[in-house]
Amino acid sequence: MSSGRVYLDHAATTAVLPEVIDVVAARMGTLGNPSSLHSSGRQARKAVEEARETVAGALGAMPSEVVFTSGGTEADNLAVKGLYWARRSADPRRTRVLVSAVEHHAVTDTAEWLAKSEGAQVEWLPVDRDGRLVVDAVRSSLARDPDSVALVSVMWANNEVGTLQPVAEIVAAAGQYGVPVHSDAVQAAGSVPVDFAASRLTAMTVSGHKLGGPVGSGALLVRRDADLVPVQHGGGQEREIRSGTLDAPSIAGFATAVEVAVASRTERASRLGELREALIGGVLEAVPDAVVNGPRDPRRRLPGLAHVSFPGCEGDAMMMLLDAQGIDCSTGAACAAGVPEPSHVLLAMGADLLRARSSLRFSLGHSSTRADVDSLVAAIGPVVERARAAGYVNVKGS
Amino acid sequence: MSGGVDSAVAAARCVDAGHDVTGVHLALSSNPQSFRSGARGCCTLEDSRDARRAADVLGIPFYVWDLAERFRAEVVDDFVSEYAAGRTPNPCLRCNEKIKFAAVLDRARALGFDAVCTGHYARIVDGPGGRELHRAVDPAKDQSYVLGVLTAEQLAGAMFPLGGSLKSDVRAEAAERGLAVAAKPDSHDICFIADGDSGGFLRDRLGAAAGEIVDEHGAVVGAHDGAYAYTVGQRRGLRIGRPAADGKPRYVLDISPVDNRVTVGPAEALDVDELVGTHARWCGPVPDGLIECEAQYRAHGEAVPAAARFDGEALTVGFADSQRGVAPGQSIVLYDGTRVIGSATIDRTS
Repeated sequence: MSSGRVYLDHAATTAVLPEVIDVVAARMGTLGNPSSLHSSGRQARKAVEEARETVAGALGAMPSEVVFTSGGTEADNLAVKGLYWARRSADPRRTRVLVSAVEHHAVTDTAEWLAKSEGAQVEWLPVDRDGRLVVDAVRSSLARDPDSVALVSVMWANNEVGTLQPVAEIVAAAGQYGVPVHSDAVQAAGSVPVDFAASRLTAMTVSGHKLGGPVGSGALLVRRDADLVPVQHGGGQEREIRSGTLDAPSIAGFATAVEVAVASRTERASRLGELREALIGGVLEAVPDAVVNGPRDPRRRLPGLAHVSFPGCEGDAMMMLLDAQGIDCSTGAACAAGVPEPSHVLLAMGADLLRARSSLRFSLGHSSTRADVDSLVAAIGPVVERARAAGYVNVKGS
Repeated sequence: MSGGVDSAVAAARCVDAGHDVTGVHLALSSNPQSFRSGARGCCTLEDSRDARRAADVLGIPFYVWDLAERFRAEVVDDFVSEYAAGRTPNPCLRCNEKIKFAAVLDRARALGFDAVCTGHYARIVDGPGGRELHRAVDPAKDQSYVLGVLTAEQLAGAMFPLGGSLKSDVRAEAAERGLAVAAKPDSHDICFIADGDSGGFLRDRLGAAAGEIVDEHGAVVGAHDGAYAYTVGQRRGLRIGRPAADGKPRYVLDISPVDNRVTVGPAEALDVDELVGTHARWCGPVPDGLIECEAQYRAHGEAVPAAARFDGEALTVGFADSQRGVAPGQSIVLYDGTRVIGSATIDRTS
């Protein structure tokens, strides 16, 4: 990294690709609203539509299925609320929302809001010790009363521990009853093979800044036959589902990022996979009692993400100590006012409260190097020792 | 860093002095309010953001340490149970003793830091017998009383860069440094009682407990909804219908939680010549023999001439002149001039 930092938090945001910066800068210097009918507008529209085709091509969708949004959170909100409202409107019995227990807050909080304000009954779908959805539980949840299910939302890959979800099996199960499935593929797109058409999902979320594009860009891929009630009303720019002036520079940059990330995926995945092995090997050598969370099988997880619990150490303290040594990583947990909450993902995986608080997420990306991994491996032993001495703060009974 | 002006300037001075500084904001409430209202309270999300912004301006790392559970157990619960026992606690001393210079300092030391630097107004001076705690230069802001509970060991890990400054100068310095909190109002009262209504706070936790108000002869002169709402020396709000025989105002003399009784009487009956303190804490060598000193028995009071003796457990303090308004539960802090000798919690008076 240019700042001299060892950046191991690519799942939070990754470096913008140089070619993306070029595309965005060039487009930003060009005047025109894509919705205007004159020549300037048409030029901007052309850039947006080319971007739409690029994104669709890279992710196995049709261009008309790409709804550009301001990013992953907006796309998740649009999918979960939009599908809920449309499905309930078509049949008032449809108030059950089945959501995996390990979703990103953009989905869990949206579902909770629907429960609080829109009469939804949210059912949290359980995961196993690796964080993978228990498909039988989903099947029985659906079968109990399929006519009352509005939608299912299951992420493609988990953002904290990297577990890939059995999306195909969930779609097959829900498809029996004609229940739509949404998947948040923010972490998966560009990291593992993602094909929207083949997945038979109804809607899928993609975000720009997780794969080298600009923050504030993203899309919800929505099947052409899917009915969605808009969240944001206005000019109806995107299929009447999403309003707001289209951000042509950002959209062009997003498309470039998706294209590059998907085209280079195989090569990058194998490189990141090797780096991850080195990282985990080195960390376990330095801290033998550390526990790697998530599936061991590389086919069942993201290639560049390692989530590790360090017994007796507060995640927060380790993060602070690593930060002081020039290493950026994450506790992987949500923050309210900077106060770390125990990860709902780890808790859903059956971890106890202490283990949920004793974890760090190291996530690699396209700019990661072996030197980054070596720096972490060199630092982690003394950091863990020190954090262990500091113990836990604010834990009941400690 | 509380999000106020003092801790921001203290951190800035620490940075200027060449220390490797990390900003820490203590989350002391498990469900903080979003915004400050007035000058009460201190631990809203807005305060946390103000602290973070100050750290950004200073270019130092910033973390929130969640000490809500410890704070509740060590400070808030203690506050409530002390009132329930008929005493009048000072939670700021308790917080300094148990949180800021214990939980925070211990953790900081374990993580490799040498000291906890705060925006308290007090001075640490290198004296012949080691580090000494002294009153601040600004008499209106002096906080040596609430730090009087620190031991020498705690003091060794403390830094108070504001002790030599006037508050007005600290504000001006904050403005010069471009710290947005320069004009932020001071916080007052008890930080965990956001609306300032201690009586209501205690009533919510202890419930209403109606009882009698009696005079010094035991005659019932009134009623109360909970003895915990009273403080020894209190005059206002007694709601006694019948005036005293001599027509003079009456004061709370004693609070007895056992029979839920509040005893009132004339001002003279409040006179205290001697008190016994427990839980003695010394920020220097433990004194031996008679301690000629000045003693301060409430946060915003004067120190008065006294002679004290410590028998290894109890601290007995005799006042040169009788004092009024000495409330059990408050701390007695002993000074030698500006130097803090030590402190104890007032247990009983005579």
